[in-house]
Amino acid sequence: MASTTTFRTFRAGWSRVPLIGWFFGALLAVTLERLVGNPLALAVGLPKIPALFGLDIMLKKPLLIPNAVLYVLLIYGLPMGIATRASIAPANRLATGLFRLPIVVTTVVYIGFLYAILHVWAEVNDYRALVLKLTLIAIMFTLSLNVINGYMGEFSCSHPGFMALGAYCASVFSLGLFVDNRFFGTALLPPALGPFLFPVALVLGGILAAAGALIVAVPSFRTRGDYLAIISLAFLFIVKSLIENLEYVRGPRGLSGQPDLASLPTVFLWTVACIWSINNFVRSTIGKALNAVRDNEMAASAMTVNTRRTKMVAFLFSAFWAGIAGGLFAHVLRYVNPGTFGIQTLAEVLAMVYFGGLNSVYGSIVGAVSISLLGEALRPLEIFKWIIIPLLLILVMIYRPTGLIAFKDVDVTALFRPKTGPGDEV
Amino acid sequence: MPVLEVHKMSHNFGGLRAVNGYHLEIDAGQIRGLIGPNGAGKTTIFNLISGIYAPMEGEVLLNGQKVNGLPSHRIASMGISRTFQNLLLWRHMTVLEHVKMAHYSRIRYGLVGAFFGTRKRRREEEEIEGRALELLDMMGIRHLANQVVLNLPYGAQRRVEMARALATEPKVLLLDEPTAGMNPEELVQIMEIIRRAHREFGLAILLIEHRLKVVMELCERIQTLNFGEVIAEGTPEEIQNDPKVIDAYLGKESVI
Ligand SMILES: Nc1ncnc2c1ncn2[C@@H]1O[C@H](COP(=O)(O)OP(=O)(O)OP(=O)(O)O)[C@@H](O)[C@H]1O
Ligand SMILES: [Mg+2]
Repeated sequence: MASTTTFRTFRAGWSRVPLIGWFFGALLAVTLERLVGNPLALAVGLPKIPALFGLDIMLKKPLLIPNAVLYVLLIYGLPMGIATRASIAPANRLATGLFRLPIVVTTVVYIGFLYAILHVWAEVNDYRALVLKLTLIAIMFTLSLNVINGYMGEFSCSHPGFMALGAYCASVFSLGLFVDNRFFGTALLPPALGPFLFPVALVLGGILAAAGALIVAVPSFRTRGDYLAIISLAFLFIVKSLIENLEYVRGPRGLSGQPDLASLPTVFLWTVACIWSINNFVRSTIGKALNAVRDNEMAASAMTVNTRRTKMVAFLFSAFWAGIAGGLFAHVLRYVNPGTFGIQTLAEVLAMVYFGGLNSVYGSIVGAVSISLLGEALRPLEIFKWIIIPLLLILVMIYRPTGLIAFKDVDVTALFRPKTGPGDEV
Repeated sequence: MPVLEVHKMSHNFGGLRAVNGYHLEIDAGQIRGLIGPNGAGKTTIFNLISGIYAPMEGEVLLNGQKVNGLPSHRIASMGISRTFQNLLLWRHMTVLEHVKMAHYSRIRYGLVGAFFGTRKRRREEEEIEGRALELLDMMGIRHLANQVVLNLPYGAQRRVEMARALATEPKVLLLDEPTAGMNPEELVQIMEIIRRAHREFGLAILLIEHRLKVVMELCERIQTLNFGEVIAEGTPEEIQNDPKVIDAYLGKESVI
């Protein structure tokens, strides 16, 4: 009896940790890893710091799993647990102070804090940094697809095509302007300008993707459901074969040597911008019109909702962000070819959307992160990865048809609220 | 001048003449009834007036301005609102979101506000929310504001639809069997709500109703429809005693 009550109070304690408390704990853990990670890894019998919490070596060296678990407990679990629990009172005081500031300032502080954690974590090795960047891009891509497949309830297969348009447009821009190469001749501008003009490259890519989206958006006025899904699939194939046959962008060989412009802070900031603007959009009444069109289009138009405008905005906005994700993707890998943007990418992003949760910003983040990590963990299985991920998807569809966290947008005020006590509002 | 005029409106579905030469003039503040047996074409008339289908012949004038042929969201934002016979609610949205959504055409913050969350947007959304809550108060469902409509009892869903229809700030309200499936207690309440909406907003209301008790009590004039054509028009007493009506309608169904 006594032990259950202590357990309950122990558990209840965690609910009093404000977000900033968790951030403190995480920052402490990653800093600790930077300082003593290597010797600790050796001490517990690992060759080096496990890059992705041991997930990456899980299948390669299964015998080391206990060591990796021990490492993760010692470096993340224990310090985070102790630090967050011990700092509940000061963390809540800080959270209260931050909560009183204008919401913009508070948000910037939290985002800066989050970036610091990710930065320290990713500095440990290049593989981590790469996985992190690709995961952030996956978040943007998943969220953009969720706007159509979740919020608007159409089934778009065209998103890898939008991504390809963004990737190629941004690549041609940066390769043509800042790099001497065989494809586009000498650089037109000094490479030092690259970082400043990179946003322009990305936005142009986003705009091209949005323009491409017209091909799917206009038919969506008249067709819905399966037929629109087929049109969007056709669009994906059109884009892919177009690029494959375009000698100007070297056809199936792809473009390589993009300047190294997609640094971690750049990718992070674009991801934040993407989440922020999509979250803003879907929480506004204009954005909620997507749900109205999904749930009953006739009622939507009888209630003054301009359904064509709604569909058009949804497709162009969503394609824009898919295009931005594509531009970043091309500059992270510094190589693109049309083969990347095929059915497999489509399957992967669909898995992220449906696994994470439809109609949900949190769901997209969770889906993108978990499927990305799972993909890395399953990498040694090569092609079998493509049996396990779809299998997982089938299970999710059976047991939770709307995904893990459906219907949940980000409410920053709720997120940043200090947790001083039950019903104790500030 | 009548707020809504319909002249010689006709419409076919394939070979079926669903509406034939329908005519209506309704002034602000009037409640009119539309009765007729199943399949007479009552709902089709609503669909034609509200622009879900464009009528093949005839004209619909709102305050003297021609509206037939416009897309239905334009007609709705010009002042013709409606409810649906079979409750077309948005199943994943909350009650409050339903009523806010009906303010769509009056939103001025545009895409910039939607994407970037400007101050103007915040102000407008607050305003809309305030007005939506007032309407929910009037319908007596404010306590359900944050519920998803799917979980609500039938009577409450009907009220949500009514609140949503009123939120477009209509001049003309088309009610398609608002009491369908209600028990006597709910019936009295919904009639009171219709009267209140009529009183407070000075609306012109066109009411389709199967229960004659309701039409007879609420409406000043009643049209009877059979096979797409108006066969009788007049005050409740006149309609009740018209042999054509008794033949087409009253004879077949029990009078409640
Ligand atoms: N979209 C459509 N396509 C083809 N036929 C239709 C369509 N809508 C209605 N009809 C037909 O038009 C006729 C009138 O239908 P309507 O729904 O207007 O009747 P109603 O008077 O509202 O009947 P109820 O009392 O059952 O609601 C019916 O015969 C119906 O089958
Ligand atoms: Mg009907």
